Amino acid sequence: MAFINDVRFEVDKRAILARLKSHLPSQAILVDEEELRPYECDGLTAYRAMPLLVVLPETEAQVADILRACHALKVPVVPRGAATGLSGGAMPHEDGVVLSLARFKKILKIDPLSRTAVVQPGVRNLAVSEVAAAYGLYYAPDPSSQIACTIGGNVAENSGGVHCLKYGLTVHNVLKVRGFTIEGDAIEFGADGLDAAGFDLLAIINGSEGLLAVITEVTVKLTPKPELAQVVLAYFDDVQKAGNAVADVIAAGIIPGGLEMMDKKATHAVEPYVKAGYDLDAEAVLLCESDGTPAEVAEEIERMKAVLEKSGATSLVVSQNEADRLRFWAGRKAAFPAVGRITPDYMCMDGTIPRKRLAEMLEAIETLSGKYALRCANVFHAGDGNLHPLIMYDANQPGELERATAFGFEILELSVRLGGTITGEHGVGVEKVDLMAAQFSPAEISAFHRLKAAFDPDGLLNPGKGIPTLARCREYTQTRGTTSPSPTATPPRF
Amino acid sequence: MDATLNEWAGRVRNAAETGKTLRIRGGGTKDFYGQPTTGEVLDTTPYRGIASYEPTELVVVARAGTPLAELEAALREKGQCLPFDPPYFGDGATLGGMVAAGLSGPRRAAVGAVRDYVLGVKMIDGNGDLLSFGGQVMKNVAGYDVPRLMAGSLGTLGLLAEVALKVLPLPVAERTLRFAMSEAEAIQKLNAWGGQPLPIAASTWQAEALTVRLMGARAAVESAHATLGGEIVPDANSFWQGVREQTSTFFAGDEPLWRLSVASVTSPLGLSGPTLIEWGGAQRWVRGDQGAEQVRTCASRAGGHAVLFRGSQSLKASAGTFQPLSPVLARIHRNLKQAFDPKGVFNVGRMYPDF
Repeated sequence: MAFINDVRFEVDKRAILARLKSHLPSQAILVDEEELRPYECDGLTAYRAMPLLVVLPETEAQVADILRACHALKVPVVPRGAATGLSGGAMPHEDGVVLSLARFKKILKIDPLSRTAVVQPGVRNLAVSEVAAAYGLYYAPDPSSQIACTIGGNVAENSGGVHCLKYGLTVHNVLKVRGFTIEGDAIEFGADGLDAAGFDLLAIINGSEGLLAVITEVTVKLTPKPELAQVVLAYFDDVQKAGNAVADVIAAGIIPGGLEMMDKKATHAVEPYVKAGYDLDAEAVLLCESDGTPAEVAEEIERMKAVLEKSGATSLVVSQNEADRLRFWAGRKAAFPAVGRITPDYMCMDGTIPRKRLAEMLEAIETLSGKYALRCANVFHAGDGNLHPLIMYDANQPGELERATAFGFEILELSVRLGGTITGEHGVGVEKVDLMAAQFSPAEISAFHRLKAAFDPDGLLNPGKGIPTLARCREYTQTRGTTSPSPTATPPRF
Repeated sequence: MDATLNEWAGRVRNAAETGKTLRIRGGGTKDFYGQPTTGEVLDTTPYRGIASYEPTELVVVARAGTPLAELEAALREKGQCLPFDPPYFGDGATLGGMVAAGLSGPRRAAVGAVRDYVLGVKMIDGNGDLLSFGGQVMKNVAGYDVPRLMAGSLGTLGLLAEVALKVLPLPVAERTLRFAMSEAEAIQKLNAWGGQPLPIAASTWQAEALTVRLMGARAAVESAHATLGGEIVPDANSFWQGVREQTSTFFAGDEPLWRLSVASVTSPLGLSGPTLIEWGGAQRWVRGDQGAEQVRTCASRAGGHAVLFRGSQSLKASAGTFQPLSPVLARIHRNLKQAFDPKGVFNVGRMYPDF
């Protein structure tokens, strides 16, 4: 499906190519169509665009040169990591250069005493934990794509994972980011201490989707590995009861290491693929994890079991060893590919809602599934209200992609109406750029544009993504038949 | 729009049109912090009260003028808290002031800072527009994270109207331990302990004594005490209160007070004057008439920055409260001020003299 990027540039391809060739070895510049083709999309394969060029710098000096060249000639720049993102944030711009950080893959320093790692942006998320393991430490944020996704992309998207209720998002686990402005100036956000002078720019770099600066180095916090982790599988004969059980666990003063939920459609997709041993008769399963010292875990697991039983769990299974625990989680972590096996294509939504609205949301999804005649499996970061409905479709059947897209839009618009957000952790990218108008007023969108201009006055970094143009907002409002929220008629987002 | 907010928006628009400045003020308990600013006072205290609080969502939403004491009492009643121990520095402290000042107390190293708990804000920008960013859910990456940017911006970017915060359950158990120890040894120990799964919630070293607060599950606190040893401190609450509110003797008197935020492993700074260490080594308080240049160089060598936290007006005027920014960062700061407050209405000069 084409994404019509309405932010376009008049670019002289020969001029930018000549200038880049003077700074980079020839193998660091890709120009031929067959070389460019692999870059036409990221993890959101439904949207594609061919870039003008791809550059693969190896040093910060080269990054600075590329940015200076693009800035001087007003050429858009799309930074790219492992391209596992699910919102099209790394999709190329037709008039622009893709700046791949794939060659920045060194772990520069691991300091067990200060519990920090300094890594280049192309280092894989899991690789940090693997190296830190020798010191009894790990990098806490664990998106499901952690085998492949890279730290630079994690910062750009403010990635979450299944343990962020207790251990936080990327923004809570990064101390310092070094990068370059579009002008090619080196810049540092954050510090080696716990805060930095001036505004908290580190907070806005996390989740900025490559629109503010290009990241070349990240200092992450490492966390001591808990001595022990155990997970309780709690089965329910009713999805609503499972949703209420989540609230009951929190109300009891427990913050589980992980708290995840899958509905019956999800467990049925997963079980033949992973053989996690889930009970396939249950309408929903909760995975509730405790971590800490053995005594602490024993105490907490007992408390969790008591709460879950009282909340109406039909049966409880506690992992008895690490192999059990990993198998139980493997099912949850493999939910996306498992669903991918039972459908030609699927689309993953990423709305977040207040937990108490879960039952309402699941009911609405069921209705929408009928309306659009498309199946939908539900995977849910229950602890933090982040829902991942997986809409199944077949792109080769005329009209199915459009129906799936409309289905997804309705889910996300409902997320906003229920007091939530259109994206919890996957980012806006191109996928949800129009939906920003469902969540923000024109005045708020304008404020976002002004914030971007404070970093990138010419709007050259990842243009057209993340924040819609006001023209797009108007079009959305007209076509969706909803009035975008104004300050006087704000839906109860608070 | 609420009548108070409507009136505020009108005042902001009027100030922007007539070239006046406004000085945003809640309880005034942090007037000493930052640089002096001029302008007509905009008192936020009338806009107060908890807008919504649902313990099972772990989220509270309250108006900026809400007294912090009122907010914390409401949370305590439901067995929850603001885990980052925000300092009050006086009776009238408000939620808005807490966020604008961005200061966190003893538990900061273990649980995160104010900014880590800010989920959403409603604010009035320098054009008089009421804007809403973030929300009331933990995971939200739609748009730039303006709510966290507001934390610690000292009211220079906008007028906070309402704030949504993540909250946490009160710890089940706690214990405070004390060890006789040199400064260098304390820094080493705190960092080594930080790498182990121990429930250390807060730490303070001063005058050859290291005090550590454990918080967590009963079993975890028990076993950590067995591992660490140390003597139990009997009136622990008042000790930690003294550190959080700066009422303990270290903070008494008129000598300038510097706050250095540095890499936690930084060895003793070697500055003259008494030192108090917090946050596992990452925050160092130093008393005395140090040369500002010397303190700032020392902080930047240690990967951080120094704040002239308390000091005479003349010292603040000559040294500035905050560490000067690199030219690139300074440019972005000015641009951000321009983006949110183009006419320069709010708290001009409170953070840096040029905005």
